[in-house]
Amino acid sequence: MKYRSAFDIIGPVMIGPSSSHTAGAARIGRVARTLFGHQPKKAIVHLYGSFAETYKGHGTDLAIAGGLLDFDTFDERIPQSLQLAKEANMEVEFVIESTVTEHPNTVRLQLLDEDKELEVVGVSIGGGTIEITELNSFKLKLSGENAAILVVHNDQFGVVSAVTTVMAQNEINISHMEVSRKEKGKMAMMVIEVDQKLDDSVLKEIEGLPNVTQIIKMVE
Amino acid sequence: MVFRSVAELVELAESKQVKIAEVMIQQEIEVTGLTREEIIAKMDRNLTVMEQAVERGLKGVVSVSGLTGGDAVLLQNYIKSGKSLAGNLLLDAVSKAMATNEVNAAMGTICATPTAGSAGVVPGTLFAVKEKLNPTRMEMIEFLFTSAAFGFVVANNASISGAAGGCQAEVGSASGMAAASIVELAGGTPSQCAEAMAITLKNMLGLVCDPVAGLVEVPCVKRNAMGASNAITAADMALAGIKSRIPCDEVIHSMYLIGQTMPTALRETAKGGLAATPTGKRLEAEIFGRQKQGQNE
Repeated sequence: MKYRSAFDIIGPVMIGPSSSHTAGAARIGRVARTLFGHQPKKAIVHLYGSFAETYKGHGTDLAIAGGLLDFDTFDERIPQSLQLAKEANMEVEFVIESTVTEHPNTVRLQLLDEDKELEVVGVSIGGGTIEITELNSFKLKLSGENAAILVVHNDQFGVVSAVTTVMAQNEINISHMEVSRKEKGKMAMMVIEVDQKLDDSVLKEIEGLPNVTQIIKMVE
Repeated sequence: MVFRSVAELVELAESKQVKIAEVMIQQEIEVTGLTREEIIAKMDRNLTVMEQAVERGLKGVVSVSGLTGGDAVLLQNYIKSGKSLAGNLLLDAVSKAMATNEVNAAMGTICATPTAGSAGVVPGTLFAVKEKLNPTRMEMIEFLFTSAAFGFVVANNASISGAAGGCQAEVGSASGMAAASIVELAGGTPSQCAEAMAITLKNMLGLVCDPVAGLVEVPCVKRNAMGASNAITAADMALAGIKSRIPCDEVIHSMYLIGQTMPTALRETAKGGLAATPTGKRLEAEIFGRQKQGQNE
């Protein structure tokens, strides 16, 4: 089931005018920023489908820029976000794409700074609810609503069990988990949504495990 | 005990002899792990946002484009003149529904119910019916949980996105949710709530999403007006004992299938319907000039 909570239906509290094109877009921008770890120097935003056709009327561009500035859906600074992005030295570029995507409200964000780059694909499925469907061309499914960690690792036996063992030892319950890889034996990624708060010490422990290359933390 | 259909929702409420709202609250406790108090408080905050939005809209707002605003006030003045043909409660709901959507179009703060484009219907009907039924604060919060329960079924079995399913998925869903909530607040049974939802949604099937210039203004504000009117009429019909020949779940499924076959031009792309009329295109040109042709800003 895509929608889990009464507040997915009655909510979010948000700046108008569109839950999917404004609030959902702001959420995708904000989750992308969280995945990047901080505010990027530059963001290239590719808009598809209905996003591409109607972004101006819905303030989708303002909302995504707002999300990248870490604004929530109800932040009254959203209407001024493009100006605020400039003042914060974040360059935001919009590219209108004509490719037909599976869901009509799709956005692909390339976030960059001097030493890293991240590509995130997000879909706004309606009512402000979103899904992150791709991260650096890994297919995944992430709502951005629950605490989660993404573990980038080498595709070898034992890594999954080593990570989950650390979680078990720290009494952290996993609510959802998926593993994907680009190629056998090469880079792989675990997406782990959890019920409890994740302490930095746990993350350090996981990061120190053999074959784990990177950890991205997502907190609600 | 997560419900997947309206039939299951009604069955749960009737077997436990509780309101639909209570079934939703209990499920929320189970799914989120939050306490009842936390969940009620969260909905209370959403209710406050809705009250503030209507209040602001009734003072009169104008959207950034200038296309919408002020109609909620016009209707309130007309009600006060005593000349209205429809009942005052109905028109009050229509006015308050428009008030919320006018605030939304002005990039003001609203609570999506289930979406921003359809955010007027549920609060509009609630605050109008409130004048007659004098509900407690808790009953008003329950009204929203009942709406949430029906919207939850629609969202998971069909869609609440105009881009995916047209306006029937947005204002259609909102109106059905509101109708069910009105019935419950007025003392109707869970089955009657489902009948009201079915009757409302049946009359919204096929409604396309064709916003002029891609803005959530024309015809969105007035679709919320008619959605509120539709919800109150259907609620009265259900309370009178009228039933839908087609069960609510089948109406929802049919809405989903209609959305699937709806052309892209009529699903929030601003390429068909009212958006493609000569006036719709002229307004778009006036608002955006040639900007929309450009690739980047």
